[in-house]
Amino acid sequence: MVNAGVALPGVPAEPQGLNKKQTWMERLRKGDEVVHLITMAGAWSIIVITLLLVQHLWVYSRIARHTFGWHFLLTSTWDPVSGQFGAWPFVYGTVVTSLLALCIAIPVGLGTAIFLAEMAPRSISNPLTFMVELLAAVPSVIYGLVGIFLMIPALSAVMPYFQKVFGWLPIFSGTFYGVSYFTAAVVLAVMVIPFIVSISREVLLAVPMSQREAMMALGATKWDVTWRAVVPYARQGIMGSIFLALARALGETMAVTMVIGNVAQVSTSLMAPGYTIAAVIANEFTEATGDLYLHALIELGLVLFAVTMIINALARLLMLTMKPHEVTA
Amino acid sequence: MSATPSYPPASRKIMNVVMLSLTGLCTLLVLSVLFTILGYLLWKGVHALNLNFFINLPAPVGESGGGVANAIVGTLKLLGMATLIGVPIGLLGGIYLSEFAGGWSAFAVRYTTDLLNGVPSVVMGIFVYTLVVLPMHHFSTLAGGIALGIMMIPIALRSTEDFLRAVPRSLREGGLALGASKSETIFTIVIPAAIYGILTGVMLDIARVAGETAPLLFTAFGNQFNSPGWMQPTASLPVVIYNYAISPYDEWHQQAWAAGFVLLSGLLVVSILARMILARGKKMSHG
Amino acid sequence: MTTLMKPFDLTQLSKAHEVRFAGRESGEEQLPWPQFTVADLNFFYGQQQALKDINLIVPNKRVTAFIGPSGCGKTTLLRTFNRMNETIPGTRVEGSILLGDKDLFSFPATTLRRVVGMVFQKPTPFPKSIFDNVAYGLRLDPKVRRSEIADKVEQSLRRAALWDEVKDNLHQSANGISGGQQQRLCIARALAVDPEVLLLDEPCSALDPISTAKIEDLLFEIKNSCTIIIVTHNMLQAARVADYVGFFLAGELIELNRAKQIFQNPEKKQTQDYITGRFG
Repeated sequence: MVNAGVALPGVPAEPQGLNKKQTWMERLRKGDEVVHLITMAGAWSIIVITLLLVQHLWVYSRIARHTFGWHFLLTSTWDPVSGQFGAWPFVYGTVVTSLLALCIAIPVGLGTAIFLAEMAPRSISNPLTFMVELLAAVPSVIYGLVGIFLMIPALSAVMPYFQKVFGWLPIFSGTFYGVSYFTAAVVLAVMVIPFIVSISREVLLAVPMSQREAMMALGATKWDVTWRAVVPYARQGIMGSIFLALARALGETMAVTMVIGNVAQVSTSLMAPGYTIAAVIANEFTEATGDLYLHALIELGLVLFAVTMIINALARLLMLTMKPHEVTA
Repeated sequence: MSATPSYPPASRKIMNVVMLSLTGLCTLLVLSVLFTILGYLLWKGVHALNLNFFINLPAPVGESGGGVANAIVGTLKLLGMATLIGVPIGLLGGIYLSEFAGGWSAFAVRYTTDLLNGVPSVVMGIFVYTLVVLPMHHFSTLAGGIALGIMMIPIALRSTEDFLRAVPRSLREGGLALGASKSETIFTIVIPAAIYGILTGVMLDIARVAGETAPLLFTAFGNQFNSPGWMQPTASLPVVIYNYAISPYDEWHQQAWAAGFVLLSGLLVVSILARMILARGKKMSHG
Repeated sequence: MTTLMKPFDLTQLSKAHEVRFAGRESGEEQLPWPQFTVADLNFFYGQQQALKDINLIVPNKRVTAFIGPSGCGKTTLLRTFNRMNETIPGTRVEGSILLGDKDLFSFPATTLRRVVGMVFQKPTPFPKSIFDNVAYGLRLDPKVRRSEIADKVEQSLRRAALWDEVKDNLHQSANGISGGQQQRLCIARALAVDPEVLLLDEPCSALDPISTAKIEDLLFEIKNSCTIIIVTHNMLQAARVADYVGFFLAGELIELNRAKQIFQNPEKKQTQDYITGRFG
């Protein structure tokens, strides 16, 4: 309801300059669409690359897959000379080292995360966290370097005493030559601890005060509150961090191959040398003679890819309820 | 009624102290590992650092005076190529996700990027081997650069997207209200506002791939000599460290330490520089 | 943000209006040419209707104020005039708006926005220098020569009553000046491209009284060259600056008339109730 109260004018005002600029502006609007297409092409090229990766892994492992089928993963003989390729020693080694690494890394990592999130005052916690995260920036090959020249001698010095007490157990039996599943597991543990600490600390800090206060009001000690209220609340994020750590441990190549001994055998003792999937690929890939050999190694790569993909997906599923952008592994 | 409260019971109090000390111990353990690595690297590496180390090519075993000049140059070339491949794609993808995409397209791109990020580096090496090295019938710097470049994409994309999203909507509206088109606001307002963060992300990304060894084993392979151009195999710091470390020769072990020291120092310098740039950027945008 | 409504005496307001407009009122019988003609406008955010059957005329080269309680649609209407609502997904417009005699929706949005400028509620300087902020709109046009830009920047800063305060610091970051100065910078930035219309969305609500007064003064100066539509919560401000006032309530236009009329003798009871603070 217009309340003009007076007569409407006959000739309306003509805005200046609108027509002159139209053609130039229209070019700009098309510019929007061009930019949209170019950025979309860039984004979609990532999808293309990934599909290409999967396709290549599949195609270049076909000879081995057709020859061995599923038995590939369960057979123990890896003999390039006679053309027998059984990957079980590598699967075994990968699983054993990664699980053992987690056994070490989870308590130490979680303990550190709890300390940094719940116990230490912010002024100490932040710089200390920064330093822990620096560990994640150290390249794998340098961990291997320190592993060979520092850890192996150190472990070799300590092991005789350790074996005096525990040597009767099958997993700790046998002569320790320095390179072993155990050494590799320790190195792996050190490498994945920063991921567990970083992510767990974030999720612990994100637990609302109300959770803690409810318990404190009942007269609980600091540890009670932490262990019974905060950690359970954050358990999904913590589990997610563990899965991510597992995925990293499974795929770790250089540090492992430098300290595990690279012997394709299956041994119950952790003191014996072994081999992992990533390590055998790294060592034998450029020496592989013949297509079957190469395809067998690539099939190993395919297996590694599939396993880490599944575990990463599980980790992400768990983290979905947490802040998604904290996943920086 | 007792004079002192008996709740919580003594056992829980003891448990409290014990567990809290344990967590502190864990932290101490982790930090001591960090300092051991850094310290050991520093101590053993510094000894072997001399001018020859930086400017000479590797010498045969038994001869002194060898260096890793070709590896340093190789690493720089590889990182340069990786940046040229990884950053534009990551940047474009980040702009797409932040400014244009929606629905299933955004989901597909994000999911795939995360997937690519999780690919073990040795598998990436296999991929680029079958993609580039096999057709070319030889190893090359190009192949190594491609491998590292693909590995750079996910982090470049995520950091670009995050920093672009952090630019307030009001700035975009301010640009649009002046008659700028959407792409003009993106390139003249939003990206400049986010540039410090994006730059930081790229630097940290480069630092991350600089230490990657496994993908280079099957792509750039290695080279005792200089590698002119892009089509020949090339030495690189991480691969040299690996080869020298597992060799039986003491001189080469020395050089491995020194190279490790150089590599880690470079990474730390870049990381710290990156954070400084980010801090300066934050200061500038908030007056 | 809810604004506490002080109850206003109508005479208070019409006095404030007279003080400002003393002697300058044309006592015009005839309405100036319409800048905008709005017919049967309905606006939707998805399923929610924000504007109902709006019919009005915004007169040329005058200050028109839109007033009304929070959520009444005045900002939504303002943003349709430069089609900024199109940047929000899911919005729908029905009805027609004419700019002069042309359909508002027939132009490319980018072209339209150079003719219809906007200043937002919160000052939004770009993270660039003061000079680059004002020059931004100018540089979008490739036909503008570099020599012209410096002159135009100075001219715009003078019009926005900011030149003297920043002339020695033109290349410093725009984030370094105060909130009031930043808002005047945004006005200078908008004026630099010589728009015919300037839309202001509660431009002073985040500012102190002195900055507010400076901005009201400059509105009075620039309306000679520029039609101004200002959305405001502040009744006294409307009285001080507006030639015409439109009162909105729950997405509808209740009354639009000369300011003097609205403040002395509003036709609708709802208008009177709102101004005198009986609700809001």
